[in-house]
Amino acid sequence: MDSKIIYFDHAATTPVKPEVLEEMMPYFTRKFGNASSIYSIGRESKKAVEEAREKVAKTLGALTREIFFTGSGSEADNWAIKGVAYSNREKGNHIITTAIEHHAVLHTCQYLESDGFEVTYLPVDENGLVSSEQVRNAIKSNTILISIMFANNEIGTIQPIAEIGKIAKERNIYFHTDAVQAIGSIPINVNELNVDLLSLSSHKFYGPKGVGALYIRKGVKITNFLHGGAQERGRRASTENVAGIVGLGKAIELATQNLEQYNNKLVALRDRTIEEITKKIPFIKLNGDRYKRLPGNVNFSFEFIEGESLLLMLDMKGIAASSGSACTSGSLDPSHVLLAIGLPHEIAHGSLRITFGDENTQEDVDYLLEVLPLIVERLREMSPLYEKVKRGN
Amino acid sequence: MYSEKVMDHFMNPRNVGEIEGADGVGEVGNAKCGDIMKIYLKIENDIIKDAKFKTFGCGAAVATSSMATELVVGKTVEEALKITNQAVAEALDGLPPVKMHCSNLAEEAIRAAIEDYLRKNGRLEAECECGTCGRRCDDIHHEIDDED
Repeated sequence: MDSKIIYFDHAATTPVKPEVLEEMMPYFTRKFGNASSIYSIGRESKKAVEEAREKVAKTLGALTREIFFTGSGSEADNWAIKGVAYSNREKGNHIITTAIEHHAVLHTCQYLESDGFEVTYLPVDENGLVSSEQVRNAIKSNTILISIMFANNEIGTIQPIAEIGKIAKERNIYFHTDAVQAIGSIPINVNELNVDLLSLSSHKFYGPKGVGALYIRKGVKITNFLHGGAQERGRRASTENVAGIVGLGKAIELATQNLEQYNNKLVALRDRTIEEITKKIPFIKLNGDRYKRLPGNVNFSFEFIEGESLLLMLDMKGIAASSGSACTSGSLDPSHVLLAIGLPHEIAHGSLRITFGDENTQEDVDYLLEVLPLIVERLREMSPLYEKVKRGN
Repeated sequence: MYSEKVMDHFMNPRNVGEIEGADGVGEVGNAKCGDIMKIYLKIENDIIKDAKFKTFGCGAAVATSSMATELVVGKTVEEALKITNQAVAEALDGLPPVKMHCSNLAEEAIRAAIEDYLRKNGRLEAECECGTCGRRCDDIHHEIDDED
């Protein structure tokens, strides 16, 4: 990475760790065999894929045969939701999810609605939390699936997954969680949490892009996702992305080993950033729960300014961050998550998400705290909305 | 995604501020949509002598405001009314397609300020004819997601 860039967007993606890349490299060249081939270099690839599968299974407390590799977290979400929906249609057609899911879940649910399924989108409170009580009350006789994200990608809020899992188990309804943002930050055991399906994505925890996995509890009724060869036990055909899968395996192993130390570091960066921004800049709002949030997530709204302008100015200062502003998404509507927690449009437009990671330091935070107040002030001075506030009307 | 010229006008915007006792003031857009542009004009004998702006909005909104104020100074009111959003965008070496509505805003802001001037001078009906006051966010709606 360019040393002049301070990268504060780890919820978007993370750099591949050198140890991970090193393990992947032979599978691009010398060990290039197709994992379905019977000769030695084919078997070698097969063995590498199965070792990675074991690592994922171990991390989640799952059985090796319950892990299926996919091309991404979005694919895992699509498979989990469509697969369970179509396979259990004779039992019912109702799905429960939340208003703040990632679009990989929301748009999949909307697609299913167009095909005769009924979806309940649970609202969240002002901190972005859904309660297990809401889930319990939404269950109907035709409910076949509950899909609720583990931790939110924008505001970092962590949902009560164990409580929801307990309810799902009692009522005998499949429970899927999109854990894409949680893996690498929160210890997860699928049996303790009563999760039946779980999506994860390698590039969020220092593995390569283009590879993810879906945990499918043994016995869950789900359609096959890609039809073709016998890969992934015939459920998801495609020649295995061997190097990518090896990278995912190594990355999840490293993430699990260093979890506590990593989180402590991130929490220190996060808490100082939240406290200092709150002290230094007026007319702001912290989005998401102050405590039930991912260790590396900071999300603020700054009144009277627009998020894309803020990101461009930070970029000119060498800081990479993200926003829920409409202007950064190509849509004219701001983030559905910020609207769901009750922010008015004009405040949602002025949001900034900072997500810390491995290579960030307290010095990086010093720099952010030095430049951010100046940028906010500069943009406010340019804003006709701020002018009105200063004049007091 | 932005041209160098857009970035230059964003980072070093020309004519930011207000004009005390401006002859025409136009404000368009709304906060809900994420952009508001306010343009102040000083006009003598129908010639625009000075222009200033304040903008709440994205990089393109700031840059088009800056460029629009540069384009109108020295022009007659009549000439300024002929400045199109296309002309503002071209002067900035183009805008990404999803940002073209920002250049509409600049054109509308200039028009609103000039109409305010004409109205103050009794040369235009009192009610709003600018057609921009009721501008809605979904005038242009793009379904593109950049997700993580």
